[in-house]
Amino acid sequence: MSGPALRLAVELDGDGAHPAAWRRAAHSPDHLLTPRRVARVAAAAENAGFTLLTLEDGALPPGATPDVVGRIGAVERAAFLASSTSVIGIAPVVPVTYAEPFHISSQLASLDHISIGRAGWAVSEEARPEAARAWDRPRVDGAAARVRESRDGVEVVRALWDSWEDDAVIRSVATSRYLDRDRLHYVDFTGDTYAVKGPAIVPRSPQGQLVVLGRPDLVPAEQLDVALVEGRDVAAVTAAAAAAGTPRTFAEVEVALDTVAATADERVADLERHTPWTDRGRLRHIGSAAGLAALLGELRGVVDGVRLHPLVLDEDLPELSRLVLPHLFERRHAVRPLPGASLRTHLGLERPANRYAAGAAFEALEETR
Amino acid sequence: MTRTDPLDVPRPDAQLHFGVFFQGVNHWTIWSDPASGSQIDPANFRRVAQTAERGLFDAFFLGEGLRLREVDGQIHDLDVAGRPDAITQLAALAAVTDRIGLVSTSNTTFNEPADLARRLSGLDLLSEGRAGWNVVTTDNAWTGANFRRGGYLDHADRYRRAEEFLTVARAIWDGWENGAVSGSPGAPAWAAPGAVRQVRHKGPQFDVDLAPTLPRSVQGHPVIFQAGDSGDGRDFAARNADVIFSAHGSDFDDALAFADDLRYRLRAVGRPDDDLRILPGTEIIIGATEEEALEKKHWIRLQQVTPATALGIAGLLWGLDLSDRDADGPLPKEDPVVAENDGSFGARRITDPRKVVAEWREKAETHRWSLRETVIALGPQRGHVGTPAGLADKFAHFVRHGAVDGFNVTPYLIPDGLDDIVDLLVPALQERGVYRTEYTGTTLREHLGLREPLTHRSTTDRRQAG
Repeated sequence: MSGPALRLAVELDGDGAHPAAWRRAAHSPDHLLTPRRVARVAAAAENAGFTLLTLEDGALPPGATPDVVGRIGAVERAAFLASSTSVIGIAPVVPVTYAEPFHISSQLASLDHISIGRAGWAVSEEARPEAARAWDRPRVDGAAARVRESRDGVEVVRALWDSWEDDAVIRSVATSRYLDRDRLHYVDFTGDTYAVKGPAIVPRSPQGQLVVLGRPDLVPAEQLDVALVEGRDVAAVTAAAAAAGTPRTFAEVEVALDTVAATADERVADLERHTPWTDRGRLRHIGSAAGLAALLGELRGVVDGVRLHPLVLDEDLPELSRLVLPHLFERRHAVRPLPGASLRTHLGLERPANRYAAGAAFEALEETR
Repeated sequence: MTRTDPLDVPRPDAQLHFGVFFQGVNHWTIWSDPASGSQIDPANFRRVAQTAERGLFDAFFLGEGLRLREVDGQIHDLDVAGRPDAITQLAALAAVTDRIGLVSTSNTTFNEPADLARRLSGLDLLSEGRAGWNVVTTDNAWTGANFRRGGYLDHADRYRRAEEFLTVARAIWDGWENGAVSGSPGAPAWAAPGAVRQVRHKGPQFDVDLAPTLPRSVQGHPVIFQAGDSGDGRDFAARNADVIFSAHGSDFDDALAFADDLRYRLRAVGRPDDDLRILPGTEIIIGATEEEALEKKHWIRLQQVTPATALGIAGLLWGLDLSDRDADGPLPKEDPVVAENDGSFGARRITDPRKVVAEWREKAETHRWSLRETVIALGPQRGHVGTPAGLADKFAHFVRHGAVDGFNVTPYLIPDGLDDIVDLLVPALQERGVYRTEYTGTTLREHLGLREPLTHRSTTDRRQAG
């Protein structure tokens, strides 16, 4: 199929998508949680030409012994990377099942300021009961309750991002006023389980609203900019993308590539001897770089982008960088991000008007009905 | 006088420590000057942090706000406002600084221990041992209106929660044995079996059960800062903190009395009395001559206390809306109205406004001051004004006599307000041997000359908290 060029995202948590990926990493385990390693992987993704990187997270350990049980918070990693990269978009995964939406809003808006408009938010959930014990919060049980928390959380966060109009800081020496309080707004959210007053403590960020990504079965479509869609084959992905109802769709693709040292099958088999690679019902490519390029070519027109989950970052990122991405860019099957542009711009999304601003109020109301 | 006879002072080798506080709100940060930059542009945070690092400061601090300040139910519009989340901003600065400590003011009332402890650990790892945590509390429902829990803690409970919060946070930080993660690529397991302990804590404030997800940084724990002047606050610091902020840094006798009081409290809880660094917040105004420095101070006060700000400050004291009065005229004739403080204007508490107003009236009459002149003259007289040499002598005296360990500087201008301190005062201090000439350690704990974290003291590596 042909269609507009794809936007390429990559998930960079840990040592790769496979739980045992650390066994094939190019560094010893104790280097995983170091700033040098965090920066090096992101630099590799930026230089390869990815539009967006995401960083998985949650309150619980990322895996179980004997695999990786340590993880630096995604927002902290994202902020650190915002200073050490210049072009690539950065979207931490932040579950909103138990966390305070006011804090999440401040953290993510700050990330957008720090990255000068390159930030996104991959919304997720804390499904396991142990998360409630870690948070010391009443358990949010069942998919419906978690959807409720996600919906309310995203609604609060998005409202807070608009609670300062773009020009709320007026610095009017003539009237002695730093702020125009008429351009600041209480969000006055009241949901099923809590209320939030507002306004935010962070001024409206460069993108106005960060790019919000998430699974459409977890977050209502009207709250998402990008739906992350799954499916075992292109037909399933096509159906999921068609049903998403979001401005943009990205297909989740798990990837293991042939390298000079070993075939993809051998590499997967090596890790499977230790730990199984959880099947999440996603597209999975195990094989050559050319085969992956062909698969991604097929996805043009089906989805607006893909999020790749490399088996082992230290092995697959170089192959993606060397063989796959250049091929896609040359054929215009995918595009590189441009320096100086926002993540929204890279995804062809408008900078949204502020819902509270005079003139924008009516429009925003129309959208939410 | 560049050297003091070592025999004359109690601490001849004492070194002065500097932090910089990027405040975020309040009228001390001048915004009306053309040199005043954005309060949110990341370039300004980077500039201040890098200037402080050039000046060999110990730490860069960010304040915290969890609700925009209000007066009479309306958002306060006169002062700088709007700031980034502290830990997020500091994690970004970790990538563009090498040595300076990065300290986040983070609230124990409206955070949860597992989340905040993990975020601080992340900052500590990304900065390779440069993180600090300024522990603060909130006791008003007004702030709570932005949070799931709402307002729910009274004044006394906020310290109980803070202390238990710290206990849980420390247990989380101590949850991994040193060297828990394998240093060998071919290891059978990523972390050694049993090296990561589950943290189970059940107390009046918290009931948690979690698997910590991070190792300790090279400095063991983030450095704990405490700001709070009440008896409860000082006791809390004596039991828990590595560093205390104070408002006792302008007058030598007052500073020394505060420091002696803390040393007494430290001994009372069984800690060495040099275990806590005392860093009062201060403003430093430098001129080439004493006269020039005083002129500069006058100019700065006029920028800080505009007519509108003077009326706002007086309005809080009187409990009345005075915004339509003449700031350059006399003090209001009305008696003050004593109102309940709901927290909507930060921590400002005036216990007896009638007494303060009576004092203001008397002084204003004697000196023929206008309202604005009165606010400027009788407002908090914090800070130090002088020449680089004069200030360096004074600070050497303060630190060698144990009145302070250093200062937490609040620049009146962002982003350039540290420049003359770094370029003029620091060299003068170095000449007198009271300021480092290079960083000798890499971590914040090392910069401050602190001992091991409190929970590691008796038996290193054994978890004691919890």
